[in-house]
Amino acid sequence: MPGIKDRVAIAGVGCTKFGEIWEKDQEDLLVEAVYEALDDAGITPQDIEAAWVGVMYSFTGMSGGTFVEPMKLFGKPVTRLENFCASGMDAFRNASFAVAAGVYDIVVACGVEKLMDEGSSGLPMEGGHPVMSGTSAPAMFALAASRAFHDWGWTKEDLAHVAVKNHKNGVAHPKAHFRRAITVDDVLKAPMIAEPLGRFDCCAMSDGAAALVVTRPEIAKTMKHKDDYVVAKANALAVDTTFPMWRPGFNWLGFPATKKASAMAYEEAGIKDPRKEISFAEIHDCFTITELLNMGDLGFVDPPKAAEAVRDGMTEVEGDMPLNPSGGLKCFGHPIGATGCRMLYEVTKQLQGRADGMQVKNPRLGLAHNLGGPASVCSVTILGRPD
Amino acid sequence: MVAIASYGGYIPIYRLGRQEMAQAWGIPGVPGERSVASGDEDSITMAIAAGFECLAGIDPASIDGVYFASTTPPYTEKQCASVVAGALDLRKDIFTADFTDSIRSATVAMRAAYDAIESGSAKSVLVVAADNRPAEPETMWEQLLGDGAAAFLLSKEGPATVRGFQSVTSEVIGPWRRSEDRYVRAFEPKLETQYGYMASMVAAAKALAEKEGLGPKDISKGVFSAGDPRAHAVLGRQLGLEMPQLQDSGFLLLGNTGTPQVLMMLAAALDASKAGDKLLVANYGDGADAFLVEVNDAFPTVPGKKPLQTYLMTKRMLPNYNAYVSFRKLMERDRFVPKSSPVTYWRDSKMELALYGARCRKCGTVQYPLPRVCVECGTKDELDEIKLPRKGTVFTFTLDHLVGGEYLSTPVPRIVIELEGGGRIFLQMTDCDPKEVSIGMPVEFTLRRLHEGAEFHNYYWKCQPVRGG
Repeated sequence: MPGIKDRVAIAGVGCTKFGEIWEKDQEDLLVEAVYEALDDAGITPQDIEAAWVGVMYSFTGMSGGTFVEPMKLFGKPVTRLENFCASGMDAFRNASFAVAAGVYDIVVACGVEKLMDEGSSGLPMEGGHPVMSGTSAPAMFALAASRAFHDWGWTKEDLAHVAVKNHKNGVAHPKAHFRRAITVDDVLKAPMIAEPLGRFDCCAMSDGAAALVVTRPEIAKTMKHKDDYVVAKANALAVDTTFPMWRPGFNWLGFPATKKASAMAYEEAGIKDPRKEISFAEIHDCFTITELLNMGDLGFVDPPKAAEAVRDGMTEVEGDMPLNPSGGLKCFGHPIGATGCRMLYEVTKQLQGRADGMQVKNPRLGLAHNLGGPASVCSVTILGRPD
Repeated sequence: MVAIASYGGYIPIYRLGRQEMAQAWGIPGVPGERSVASGDEDSITMAIAAGFECLAGIDPASIDGVYFASTTPPYTEKQCASVVAGALDLRKDIFTADFTDSIRSATVAMRAAYDAIESGSAKSVLVVAADNRPAEPETMWEQLLGDGAAAFLLSKEGPATVRGFQSVTSEVIGPWRRSEDRYVRAFEPKLETQYGYMASMVAAAKALAEKEGLGPKDISKGVFSAGDPRAHAVLGRQLGLEMPQLQDSGFLLLGNTGTPQVLMMLAAALDASKAGDKLLVANYGDGADAFLVEVNDAFPTVPGKKPLQTYLMTKRMLPNYNAYVSFRKLMERDRFVPKSSPVTYWRDSKMELALYGARCRKCGTVQYPLPRVCVECGTKDELDEIKLPRKGTVFTFTLDHLVGGEYLSTPVPRIVIELEGGGRIFLQMTDCDPKEVSIGMPVEFTLRRLHEGAEFHNYYWKCQPVRGG
């Protein structure tokens, strides 16, 4: 199977400021992000042949009209895509397939979510079984934290170090929701949300949108970023159990979807030792425990040693495996459909040397990891400069 | 011959000191404490808990009928006994009925069960009785009432025989609730005590004693329902019984539990009985029923079965009256109501009520809920339905403060449970101090009323720390 390695390019990126954006609706946000990406690519709306828009909640938008209506691109082929919290990166996957197959030349992958219009007390719960359904997102990941505490001796303080590191990174990012450094003490003193996760262990409720212009390398070479466009080295999606709480033998010490998706992506990209070959990564830190478990699942560290690696500075912007130099979901919040596209926005800018204030040193390959649901859906994308 | 084949009782874990209730309103308090059903309990869930105790070690397929007795049936139109039968996993071709409207309905149901067996229309009938009667705030009724349940299995054979039913009917306006009343109403009690309680109980008990040729000395215990401890003592004297012959009504520790009271007292009396004992049982409510229980053998001990005493001794004191207000939903509040559907409830009732899971014929994995394709080996339609054990250990957990878009200061413990014998289930923990939850902790399951989605009672399992474990 050929895959998409070196066959797909990102020619432009756009992203709104993330946060509690009371004065704008989802259409305003999407227009802002898409126009920024088009400007970045040096093209006009009419150049878009097709689009995929990642949206989780029906209150944000239903159907391809979520994109077509605000852009007034009536008649274009557009699909709204939902794949839990990985909806945004899955929009990129579908867009990539379309250009790699040669069906279209220039398409847009984007994502948006307007969470604040629903209030700020956690993600709205939709659907599910009347009595056997799941639980709040913090509770689901807290189940993993309790088990890691029990088996590996991790502590609330270990989690706090992740929050402190990401908040430190977010200070420099002009588009972050939170740009304030915090201390371990701040994290430990915050009210509990789902024991053992406190308020600073959880990403915030935010609004936002992000967009990518996706094409093939030979076309990107003729566009505005002809000298610094970015190519896909791999993309893989894995969908595992939506109900880990019922899965016999599920150990809660990491998430199979990430292990599977990253293994597939490493194979496609020809990566043997991710710790050495990947320069940096934007990984799904919806909760501090998630970032620690992701580190093991992605093969960056021996899983029980993840907490120690964070304490030792391995994941700082200046460390040898910078994680979430943007500040991550901790500082951006998690407008569901937007997050995966925002991660690719960040990785692209880093690879282009355009990440002012949080630029990692000489990145060669950047990884973006988008995790959804009760850790059941995982999309991993590896981007790099063309060879 | 009709016999008691088995029996069991249930008392909610929570108690509230009567002084707490008195202080909350600035009214006089009576001594002792009362039992208080949790916010997720009702007469159906308590009856089911007692039913499980009664049926410990007994094949549920051997039961021919269930009679549910209560003055607080959670449904006024729709049977409650059918919910009990579903949770206890009884056969479908059985007779189910609700007996209600009077606290005497417990013994009315016992008599109906007796008659069914005596007539040969059934071989064994389970009688479950439960109540959580609503008391008007700022009245003594709040202090006097209590919540609980009892269950008796009547059969053709058993260690204790039942016989000699005698009844009287009497029309005295005692405690009542019109269909539109929210709380138990009562008139000044003197008339009712003398011409209702005392007259009916004495008449029924004397008729029974005469019929059976029993004098006061032949009676090991008088098991008499009683709303008022003084009237209880006077009744004993009128029947010629000494105080030690009177089975304690549980007034000081539980309160008047209403419909199940006489059966809870009978359960306690049987727990302390020996072969040859004769128990004279009488129950009041718009007249009275009396019957005789003669103990012939000791009841067999069943591993894991909890006597009523265990439920009496394992308790958690509510810190204040506010907790009672919250449990009883006495304050109007907007509450989050999850979505539900009678369709899902019906389709999944075997999984939800009777707690069935599956075992794969190929790989042996125990799984829940029931899938078409094995979660472990992927084999399709090779799964046998199996009844899951109602116990396990905590594999991992969280204390969730975010419930239905609302921040709760008291979190809901959510537990991934490793089932005894394999498989996992994910349940809320109830009747616990969240701070006590830990990985590896043993838990037992209890059916509770989860929510009111689609405007019916959505029952489902929760787990709790093992009571008396």
